[in-house]
Amino acid sequence: MTPKRRRLTIVFLGLLMLGSATALVLTAFEDNLVFFYSPTELETKNIGPDRRIRIGGLVEEESVGKQADGVTNTFRVTDLTKSVPVAFKGALPDLFREGQGIIAEGRFVKGVFQASEVLAKHDETYMPREVADALKKSGQWKGQGTE
Amino acid sequence: MHRFANPARFMRIAERLLPWVSGATGLTLIAGLYFGLFASPADYQQGETVRIMYVHVPAAWMALFIYTTMAVASVSYIVWKHPLADVAAQAAAPIGAGFTAMALITGSLWGQPMWGTWWVWDARLTSVLILFFLYLGYMALVNAFDDPERGSRAGAILALVGFINVPIIKFSVDWWNTLHQPASVVKMDGPAIDNSMLIPLLLMALGFKLYFLVVLVIRMRGELTARRVRALRLVEADV
Repeated sequence: MTPKRRRLTIVFLGLLMLGSATALVLTAFEDNLVFFYSPTELETKNIGPDRRIRIGGLVEEESVGKQADGVTNTFRVTDLTKSVPVAFKGALPDLFREGQGIIAEGRFVKGVFQASEVLAKHDETYMPREVADALKKSGQWKGQGTE
Repeated sequence: MHRFANPARFMRIAERLLPWVSGATGLTLIAGLYFGLFASPADYQQGETVRIMYVHVPAAWMALFIYTTMAVASVSYIVWKHPLADVAAQAAAPIGAGFTAMALITGSLWGQPMWGTWWVWDARLTSVLILFFLYLGYMALVNAFDDPERGSRAGAILALVGFINVPIIKFSVDWWNTLHQPASVVKMDGPAIDNSMLIPLLLMALGFKLYFLVVLVIRMRGELTARRVRALRLVEADV
């Protein structure tokens, strides 16, 4: 084996081992790497009641309302299979609307997710308004938001 | 590859190409900025804020591209001892760090109005921050040795070890739930971005790439000259 080949083999094997080690570590830490849980995952992951978590999903259609105090927003977050009720006191981000992807941070109190922060998640689609309108008109719309 | 291994020949060719590439860089960036900031439509969802994309996305691409370049150069340095490889890797590092900082800052400015936060510790943002530290660590390590040869070797190994982060950044948005949205341009069923916005984006990406080439060659020229000065000094000291 020439020195060049030997060095090449060492580099290759080194990267291979490093790659496998990283893959194993990332798999092991998977639960800590996800930024939020979807409503379906909440049921299967069995998260304790007092833990502070983030949930993510779409704002369910016709679920947005206000409580009697006038400052608490209520809505449901859905992943189109399951949905959970959310209450949030404060200003919602500009992109917040029905059908929009959002992430809420907080904890469950008596079955209602009490959010202390609501972040808007936008999808990877970029297009001018006219194109979006035309797509909605022709029924080809696949993006977020329904307004 | 080894036809260009002679530094003198490499510099001769680079010298001849440099004015043309510099001109092309200027023109592409001006065109890209004009189309991006003025001649492209506002987004249906994000409005005018979408224009941050024309700087943010190409800068983030460059951050990954330059690190990949450094990793390839490091393999070439370790395995084939290519005489220009470590020069190229070391010349590229600060440019890459600059683009990474740019991606982080513009991303933060974009996150505030769109997501409602400057920063979150999701997988994409965190892995890019790690990339930024890798660039800084590489630069510090290369210069931490009295013997430049040893610095080059230590740097090459760090660049290779850190390369593991590049696929993690790229696929973080697919592997885990993140606040950051998935890829728009490189995806299975074609770009999810309208042509009127894709063209300025690609123009800016080309402009950044050409800019990288220009600065890389200038920095490599400086480093090669510095090495010759060092060699001449050593000869002088011996006499």
